[in-house]
Amino acid sequence: MPLFFVKRLLTLIATLLGASAVIFMVLEILPGNAAQMLMGPDADPQAVQALARQLGLDQAPLQRYGAWLGGLLTGQLGDSYVYSTPVLELVLERLALTVPLALMAMALTTVLALLVGVYAASRHNRAGDVGLMAVTQVGIAIPNFWFAILLILLFSVHLRWFAAGGFPGWSDESEGVAGALKALLLPAVSLAVVQAAILARITRSAVLDVMREDFVRTARAKGLSQRATLWQHVLRNALIPVVTVMGLQFANLLAGTIVVENVFYLPGLGRLIFQSIANRDLIVVRNCVMLLAAMVVVVNFVVDVLYAVIDPRVKASDI
Amino acid sequence: MTAALPRTSRPATLAQRAARHPSFVIGAVLTLLLAGAALLSLVWTPWSPYEMNLAAKLQGPSAAHWLGTDPFGRDVASLLLVGARNSILVGVIAVGIGLGLGTALGLLASARRGWVEEFIMRMADFTFAFPAILSAIMLTAVFGAGIVNSIIAIGIFNIPTFARVTRASANAIGARDFILAARACGKGPWRITLEHVLPNILPVLIVQATIQFAVAILAEAALSYLGLGTQPPQPSWGRMLSEAQTLLFQTPMLAVYPGVAIALAVLGLNLLGDGLRDLLDPRLTRKR
Repeated sequence: MPLFFVKRLLTLIATLLGASAVIFMVLEILPGNAAQMLMGPDADPQAVQALARQLGLDQAPLQRYGAWLGGLLTGQLGDSYVYSTPVLELVLERLALTVPLALMAMALTTVLALLVGVYAASRHNRAGDVGLMAVTQVGIAIPNFWFAILLILLFSVHLRWFAAGGFPGWSDESEGVAGALKALLLPAVSLAVVQAAILARITRSAVLDVMREDFVRTARAKGLSQRATLWQHVLRNALIPVVTVMGLQFANLLAGTIVVENVFYLPGLGRLIFQSIANRDLIVVRNCVMLLAAMVVVVNFVVDVLYAVIDPRVKASDI
Repeated sequence: MTAALPRTSRPATLAQRAARHPSFVIGAVLTLLLAGAALLSLVWTPWSPYEMNLAAKLQGPSAAHWLGTDPFGRDVASLLLVGARNSILVGVIAVGIGLGLGTALGLLASARRGWVEEFIMRMADFTFAFPAILSAIMLTAVFGAGIVNSIIAIGIFNIPTFARVTRASANAIGARDFILAARACGKGPWRITLEHVLPNILPVLIVQATIQFAVAILAEAALSYLGLGTQPPQPSWGRMLSEAQTLLFQTPMLAVYPGVAIALAVLGLNLLGDGLRDLLDPRLTRKR
């Protein structure tokens, strides 16, 4: 176990370093002079040079990369080229929306997927199972941003229950946290339904696999009801592949968050990235992309380690 | 885990089994519709998809405009037809990039083993840290938005998927007796890979390509919706949705048609992939 952990940890560090190098090369080296990009092609060369010096762009690339890596570790990410505020401040402000949204979506995904998956498995090959699996097949095919638009059509345009977009903030005077959660509900549902369709299918097949095991027959033989067997014995064992897929889905969920934030005009990390691209604020784009990539890598690392903790059959040699 | 092969006195031919497989039939019909729409748009559309006519903007469905017109007076049905072509173009090239490079890397990993395999697989893990949308964001930030950048981003994302599938299947084939026999005959690793391994993993690659095609269509739609993909005036389903969103209160149906088109295309390809997996290699059915 410790060897496995150390090996995975080293891979994690190498992956993060590699990701930072790729991001730095693409967003720092490829565009050439960021000061020129900011000021436009017709700018006065002396002004461009002055700005480059001010932004620290006159240093050697390797030195700038080293400084950025150091900054990533200490939280000194530099100032936005456009707003002149610290990038960390901007990012943290936006994360206060994106992280709760992603967590809400993941929670909804898990509840929906487990209910649908376990129910479908318990009705294997009967109408309920076939019907639900057909629905999940359609769910996988629906783009989350289109589903979000359909939700706006139904709940905002027709029923007028929700606003069509926007976010009042967590400390809104009239509505408080409830108002913020309400603004995140439709975005979270639009993210969750599509993810849940995939996860429900995985849950169903994992539950079906476990249901064929001898210990399930033993549980039934000792008099446990089908429902008790399903929830107490089968689901616990079926969760291992389900948790793994949930980890893999996290990357999709983050990507989805970027898109869905734009559908609902939510001031999260996704909107920040697009505003920064439009403003050519590459330092913000670079740090946001690094943050998102790091989230994906770290979540997959945690899932791998959890997987080994849950299932002792996973050995270092398997990785 | 391997499922028992069906035992019948006279095994059904592939075509007979395909015709009886509901997923395959529905998937094939939807995929043919998509391809048909794209091909038709090459020679005929009810109206020109580029021709604006502000006098006829935002009309409802009629005999002249079957699905009505958009805010620029363009015919929605024509835009949808040309959008199909756009989706297929992105799908074919992005999957082609993934299939070509990914399969080559997967085969190399499987043939050479050792540190080459380790290196390629670690690089594949690494690429997974960048979902297609992140690559597209980086490329757009540097080179500007456009269909080529979105194709490259989706293609790069496809490479590790194909590399992993190829290497896993090739390693499984490599452990079989007929490979040992080929080696005993004196064939080198490259000849074995090309003459024996590749033909045997082809069904797996075809299935994966079908599924990745669906993923590519979804990704292209999302990127175009965000303004990172296909640029105007070239019609694309994702862009149509983003244009329609601003008019949700006036003409909600404009936001419905392109979404239905994307969903049907993706559903068709996914069902086709599922069906092909069952038909081409029944033993693979339960592995996914």
